[in-house]
Amino acid sequence: MIKKSLSKMISQTEIAADIFELIVESELAGEITSPGQFVHIRVSNHWDLLLRRPISISSFDPLSKQMTLIYRREGKGTQMLSEWRTGMELDILGPLGNGFPVGEADPGQTAVLAGGGIGVPPLYELSKQLTAKGVNVIHILGFQTAAAVFYEQEFKKLGTTLITTADGTYGTKGFVTDVLKDIEFDCLYACGPAAMLRALEKSCPDKKVYLSLEERMACGIGACLACVCKTKDDRSGAAYKKVCSDGPVFRAGEVLI
Amino acid sequence: MSKLNVQLPGLELKNPVMPASGCFGFGKEYSQFYDLSVLGAIMIKAATVEPRFGNPTPRVAETSSGMLNAIGLQNPGMDKIIEDELPWLSQFDVPIIANVAGSSEEDYIVVAKEISKVSNVHALELNISCPNVKTGGIAFGTIPQVAKELTRKVKEASAVPVYVKLSPNVTNIVEMAKAVEAGGADGITMINTLVGMRLDLKTGQPILANRTGGLSGPAIKPVAIRMIYEVSQAVSLPIIGMGGIQSAEDVIEFFYAGASAVAVGTANFVDPLICPAIIHDLEELLDQLGYEHISECTGRSWKKHESPAYHRA
Repeated sequence: MIKKSLSKMISQTEIAADIFELIVESELAGEITSPGQFVHIRVSNHWDLLLRRPISISSFDPLSKQMTLIYRREGKGTQMLSEWRTGMELDILGPLGNGFPVGEADPGQTAVLAGGGIGVPPLYELSKQLTAKGVNVIHILGFQTAAAVFYEQEFKKLGTTLITTADGTYGTKGFVTDVLKDIEFDCLYACGPAAMLRALEKSCPDKKVYLSLEERMACGIGACLACVCKTKDDRSGAAYKKVCSDGPVFRAGEVLI
Repeated sequence: MSKLNVQLPGLELKNPVMPASGCFGFGKEYSQFYDLSVLGAIMIKAATVEPRFGNPTPRVAETSSGMLNAIGLQNPGMDKIIEDELPWLSQFDVPIIANVAGSSEEDYIVVAKEISKVSNVHALELNISCPNVKTGGIAFGTIPQVAKELTRKVKEASAVPVYVKLSPNVTNIVEMAKAVEAGGADGITMINTLVGMRLDLKTGQPILANRTGGLSGPAIKPVAIRMIYEVSQAVSLPIIGMGGIQSAEDVIEFFYAGASAVAVGTANFVDPLICPAIIHDLEELLDQLGYEHISECTGRSWKKHESPAYHRA
């Protein structure tokens, strides 16, 4: 169930260049039903930066009521969020959306988890849940440059982890798709920029592929219709899905990316 | 006795606070958070004859103390709204104000006629002020004679009172208000969004795919207050005020300017529980300010003497 809750900030760390890991204690941790759901955070109690910011959940623990959130400091809002300190209370709305279907990969099968940049975080919780049920996981994580790489060790503990950088300063030079073409797998889960998702969708037309989309949003709960995308099988021209509440995860082929 | 109940043409409101059209969908999403019966009314998302997808994305961009949107009147079409959305809303004890939009005069008339027959629709809001569509919308809201004619025709077609939603994107808002009054409007809702634009720092191009969008949020509140102040003194119609309301204090300010009820828009996106919070705070604030009833606040900025309910009623 979606709740609005004041959540206590436990810690905040810059884990790579402009990438922040924010740990909060929140009743919302007990409401999360699938990896890939997200939260919507008010970065200021004032009304100058009006809208909430959608932020990925990278892991959670319903028992300790802790959630780990990872975001990139990019604009004014995330700059303000990065200045929040331990003990402060954040106004968080969540969990929002529908995450990755863990049940689509069976024990003994191989799942590829492909992430690009700030699309990497939700794959961490997904990988924890897949490995817990006996799925073999292969992570392909793409970043711009060496300084932007994060969570490599965390992912390595769960399975094979391949890193790519666009500028070749770390791991394989290139994009996640360059590495994926040499790998055998049953199921693909991905989160990252639209260009990456389009390339992945195109490169594996016969596989089970689940893609997590990103779009500018306002309400986060499906009311404002800011984050809509068209469905692929639409004849009327008016059919749509909302990234925030129908997604953000869609099966490849379901919507136009 | 309640300090908050308000009577307007077609509307018996238990309080004067309602979500604004386009900021609340058809209520389902917000019903996860609270009982919609606490609201004074609900202004549902604009209805057109046919389903509309709206504009390409990105459709929103944040601005200082506000946001731009260019949704483009996306809606499932009149038939679906009448068959699904309105019956669903009838489970709540709350009057519905149906926002009516179109690309031609005929469109408006058809939607007004059909949607006003639905039992929980107590009033129409004639949308002649959407800045984000190429035809219709604002085109009807910037030329007084055109607005007057459309109002007259929609009034004829509608089974319930008609409120006309005015655009602030005009040279003379008073002239527009007088025109819709002459066309037979039962009330005015104002203001819709102000046309604005944001450019991307790296590309130099507009952030919104539609290039321009409607500015809403606290940034536009002073514009709304000024326009309501002017219009409320010039016409004899009740005004439902909107534009950046996010607190009970804002509600009182809109009443002082000349409003008889208010709608909350963008603030719903920031805090899904904002409407019940404002309703809760409003009663207490009236006590603090020494009012017996909220109607005493209407037009206080320009009225010489106190008078109950909306002025010249």
